[in-house]
Amino acid sequence: MKAVEVHNISMKYQSLNGEITALKDIGFSVQDGEFVSIVGPSGCGKSTLLSIISGLLSPSSGTVWLSGEKVTGTSGKIGYMLQKDHLFNWRTIWQNVMLGLEIRKAVTQEAKERARILLKTYGLYEFKNRYPDQLSGGMRQRAALIRTLVTDPQILLLDEAFSALDYQTRLAVNDDIYSIIKKENRTAILVTHDISESISMADRIIVLSKRPGMVKNIHEIKLSCSNRTPLNCREAPEFRHYFQEIWKELDVHV
Amino acid sequence: MFEDEEENIPAISQALNISLERQEYLRRERFGKISVRMTQILLLVLALVLWEIMADAKIIDPFITSQPSRIVKTIVQLYKEGVLFYHIGITCLETIVGFTLGTLLGTFLAVILWWSKFISKVAEPYLVILNSLPKIALGPVFLVWIGAGPASIIVMTLAISLIVTILEVLNGFWGIDQEKIKLVQTFGGNKFQVLTKVVLPASFPTIINALKINVGLSWVGVIVGEFLVSKAGLGYLIIYGGQVFKLDLVMTSVIILGVAAAIMYQGVVYLERLLVKNNDLKY
Repeated sequence: MKAVEVHNISMKYQSLNGEITALKDIGFSVQDGEFVSIVGPSGCGKSTLLSIISGLLSPSSGTVWLSGEKVTGTSGKIGYMLQKDHLFNWRTIWQNVMLGLEIRKAVTQEAKERARILLKTYGLYEFKNRYPDQLSGGMRQRAALIRTLVTDPQILLLDEAFSALDYQTRLAVNDDIYSIIKKENRTAILVTHDISESISMADRIIVLSKRPGMVKNIHEIKLSCSNRTPLNCREAPEFRHYFQEIWKELDVHV
Repeated sequence: MFEDEEENIPAISQALNISLERQEYLRRERFGKISVRMTQILLLVLALVLWEIMADAKIIDPFITSQPSRIVKTIVQLYKEGVLFYHIGITCLETIVGFTLGTLLGTFLAVILWWSKFISKVAEPYLVILNSLPKIALGPVFLVWIGAGPASIIVMTLAISLIVTILEVLNGFWGIDQEKIKLVQTFGGNKFQVLTKVVLPASFPTIINALKINVGLSWVGVIVGEFLVSKAGLGYLIIYGGQVFKLDLVMTSVIILGVAAAIMYQGVVYLERLLVKNNDLKY
């Protein structure tokens, strides 16, 4: 079953200074339970693509299907993770976790129970009455993921979701979030400019070209490591090979 | 175990887990604080004494500058006439109504301007002009239009504080991290939910800040209003005292005004601490 199908997406931005083609004829699909990463040079429209898949933006042409349903606006199937955790300082962790449910008007006993279980499973339950500034960066990112997961999305869109963290925390959170996504058996699309991060986490990598963003190549990632965690996979012998290949494709000139 | 007294002091501080250096540091901090406060009080006392003596010695003319003893006398006299708290009360009430209304109405109008890009673009040049216009100039118009009473005075304070509030709060709204708004939208939130879940709570410190500015502006509005309406309040006492050459009354009113304004400002600062506990300004 295809969780996401992107068909011939093009996006043009209009401004008084002219027209910018951000994306051109993008097409790919993502299987249920698959972890796909999108990499590309900055400004190639990666984030625009995620916004289109989530229904926040409508494309100039082309269509997106989520499990066979055409996207016309935001949908409950999608969970969106932004660059920063954006936990609200004026809400406790519990209130922050409930935000999505409040907005969807879906605060039910079951949903609350689900939130409780998620908080317990991922070690945040005793912090539920704390405020975000009392938590570490990694804990905050986990709280943000739980805020997304309680709305029970089938597809997670991670928009540079780790780039605001410092390097060590980032490696730890990579492992953390990856195991949560796999355990909860969700489909994920990760947008990043970090090649290592995308190789270590993804089953497949879609490389986009410079603006206008087009699909340049799709890599099937097969790493020979015993315990599939992002950190372990960085040790795999194939890692460097993928890195070199994608680096060349990104065609970075300084 | 039982050594002499001197040896016991470090033992105690060790038990309390406070090093000697820290004790020394705390003592110096405390001393610093006390000396600042003492100097402040000393300066005030010195100024009052100097004022009194110079007026007695006729170096300055107490008819014009008044003097502390005359001010105390005037306060007692006003109290005996039973009008002291009447005038203070009226002025304070007008001020409180003024800055509360100014903040609420200003925030409401800022919400409208935030909601509609079109309205905010249309309103922009008018806001700029109104902001630079000295609103006090409109005082006589309000007086004739609304009548000589508290209503005119409150409209005067609104005229002074409203535009500033709108601009301040609107700036706060526009300064909110777009990604926070996007977060609400990814959950399918509509514009009203963006307003209630992010924009208003995130702007709460800005609104409280506007409230603080409005306290100051409202005093100006109320005093000018009372000058014009000339019926009651500290502004009335000042204008009346000036007209009948009772400058003691003018000085007394000014002093009371200063104290009342300081108390009110502290009240708002206290309110801020109470309300903005977990809503710090780092966004």
